[in-house]
Amino acid sequence: MNRILHGRLTGLAVLGAIIAVLPVFLTNNFYLDVAILAGFNAVVCVGLNLLIGYAGQISLGHAGFFGIGAYASGVLVGVYGWPPIAALLAGAVFVGVLAFAVAKPILRLKGHYLAMATLGIGIIVSIVLRTESGLTGGPDGMMVEPFKIFGVELYGEKVWYWVVGVLLFVVVWLSLNLIDSPMGRALRAVHGSEVAAEVVGVDTARFKVMVFVLSAVFASVAGSLFAHYAGLITPAKADFFKSIELVTMVVFGGMASTFGAVVGAVVLTLLPQALTVFQDYQQIVLGAILMATMVFMPKGLLPTLAGFLPSRRRA
Amino acid sequence: MFAELLQYMLSGLTIGAIYALAGLGFSIIYNASHVINFAQGEFIMIGGMASATLTASGVPLPLAILIGCGGAMLVGVAVAKFAVERARDASTVTLIIITIGASIFLRGLAELVWGKDFKRLDAFSGETPIQFLGASMQPQSLWVVGCAGVLIVAIGLFFNKTLTGKAMLATSHNRLAAQLVGIDVKRVVLASFALSAALGAVGGAVVAPITFSYTEMGIMLGLKGFTAAVLGGLGHGPGAVAGGLIVGVAEALGAGYISSAYKDAVAFVIILAVLLFMPNGLFGKRGAERV
Repeated sequence: MNRILHGRLTGLAVLGAIIAVLPVFLTNNFYLDVAILAGFNAVVCVGLNLLIGYAGQISLGHAGFFGIGAYASGVLVGVYGWPPIAALLAGAVFVGVLAFAVAKPILRLKGHYLAMATLGIGIIVSIVLRTESGLTGGPDGMMVEPFKIFGVELYGEKVWYWVVGVLLFVVVWLSLNLIDSPMGRALRAVHGSEVAAEVVGVDTARFKVMVFVLSAVFASVAGSLFAHYAGLITPAKADFFKSIELVTMVVFGGMASTFGAVVGAVVLTLLPQALTVFQDYQQIVLGAILMATMVFMPKGLLPTLAGFLPSRRRA
Repeated sequence: MFAELLQYMLSGLTIGAIYALAGLGFSIIYNASHVINFAQGEFIMIGGMASATLTASGVPLPLAILIGCGGAMLVGVAVAKFAVERARDASTVTLIIITIGASIFLRGLAELVWGKDFKRLDAFSGETPIQFLGASMQPQSLWVVGCAGVLIVAIGLFFNKTLTGKAMLATSHNRLAAQLVGIDVKRVVLASFALSAALGAVGGAVVAPITFSYTEMGIMLGLKGFTAAVLGGLGHGPGAVAGGLIVGVAEALGAGYISSAYKDAVAFVIILAVLLFMPNGLFGKRGAERV
C-alpha cells in the first residue's frame, strides 16, 4: 500500500515538475501551441484510458463528446450570450446525461456494442455539426469568443499553457485517486474477469457506466476549453478520425496506465508534425506505426519501456 | 407517389446490397477470429480502384475485377497473417486498433499508387435507364443486386455444403473443439480474411460505376457494413444481409422523405435505437453468455 501511494505521488510529482519546467524550453508560440494541443489531447486520453484500460471497453466516438463540449461553448457563448463557464458546465452536463442514457442499457451487454453505439453517436454528432450551418457554421466551422471569468479574459499561449497544465494535473490526480479507490479495484477486477468480479459482488455494469460517463465529461470539458483557446472550431474536431486518433493515443501510450495515456497523447500529437517530412507517405507511416506498436508491444509504449527497468515495478 | 416510393426502394436495395456484402464480410471474420475488421471498407476500395484503373489501361473488365479480387484477397491474408495472427492473445481492443492501423496503411498505400482523384468506371451494360412501374433504374443497379445475390447464395452454399465451409462454421461455434477434431483453425482465420476480402472487392467493383471510385470510398461503406452486421446480430450471416438491405432502404427513404443531408446519419440512428431497445440485434442470439 505504502509503495503504491509512493509510486503514485512520485508519478504526480514528475508530471508536475515537467509541466512546470517545460515552458523554459518552449521558446516560441508554435512550440507552446503544440504543447497546449498535446495537453488537451492528454486530458481526453486520461479519461478514455479509464474506460479502455480499466473497464475493458472501447469508445469510437469520444471526439463526438469533445465536439459537443466545443460547440456548446461556441454556440451558447457566441449566439446566446451565456457566460463561458455556464456554457462549459451545460455542455458537460448534457454530455454526461447523453453518455449515461446510452451506456446504461448497452453496458449490460458484453462485447463490442459500446464501440458500435459510440461510433454511431460520434458520426451523428459530426453530421449534425456539418449540416446545421445556421448555428454551427457548417463544414467551415465557427469562431468562438475568448474565455472570460470574473472579468478576466484568458488570452495568449502563455496563459493557456498554464490553464491546460493545471487541468491535466488535476485530471491525472483524479484518475489516479479513482484507480486506487475501491471503485478502481472493482474496475481492475472487471477488466481481469468480469464473471469473477460479479461473483464477488461487484456491480460491473454500474462501474462501467460511471467510468464511461466520467470519461465523456472529461472530453466535453476539454472540448469547451479548447474551443475558447483555439477561437475557431470545425466539425473535423468531432469526426470519426479524431475519435480513432484518441483511442490510438491511449493504446499506443499504454492501456491501464494513466501516465502512459499522457505519453501517448504527447507523442502522437508531435508525430504528425514530425511525419510531415514523409509527406505522401504520412498515412502509410502512421498506419504502420499503429500496427507495429500493437503487434510488437501490445501493452503500449510506457508499460513496455517500464518492463525493461527491472528495479522499478510500477510505471 | 407510388413511383417515388418505388424509386427510393430500388436505389436503397442497390446500395443495401453492397452494405450486405460488407456486413457479411464483417460477420465471416468475426466468426472465425472474433476480430472486428475495420479494414473491410478498404477491400471494397481496392476492388473499385483496381477495376477502374485497370479497365482504363485496357484490361478487359472481367479480368480487371478478377485481378482486383485477387489483390484484395492477398492483402486480406497478409493482414491476417502478419498482424492479426501475431497478436492472437491480445485483447479485442488491441485487435481493433490493428485493423484500424491496417485500414489507414492501406488507404495511404492506395493514395500513393492510384492518386487522390476520382476514377470513373463505365457501367457494365450501358446507361440507358430501365423503366419499371413508373420508376427508372440504372442497368448497373441490376448488376449490383444480381452479383450480390449470387455471391450471398454462393457463400450460403459454401458454409453449408462444403467441408471447408463446415470447418469454418465449426470453428466459429467452438474453436477448441474444432481444433481437437483436426481443423487447422489458423488456416480458417486466413480463409475468412480471404473470403471477406473477395466479397468486398467484388462489391467495390460493381458499385464503382454508380459511386465512382476513390481512395476514401471504403470508409463510409465499411462503417455501414459494420452497422449492417451489428443490426443483424454480429456473426449471424443471413442477419448481416438483412441488416444491409434494411440500412440501405432506410437510408434511401430517409434521404428522399426527410433530408438528404442526414442520409449518412440514418444507419447510425437505426443502430442506436436497435441497441437501446433490442440489444442483441434483430436476429442475434438471446440469452446468457456462457463462461
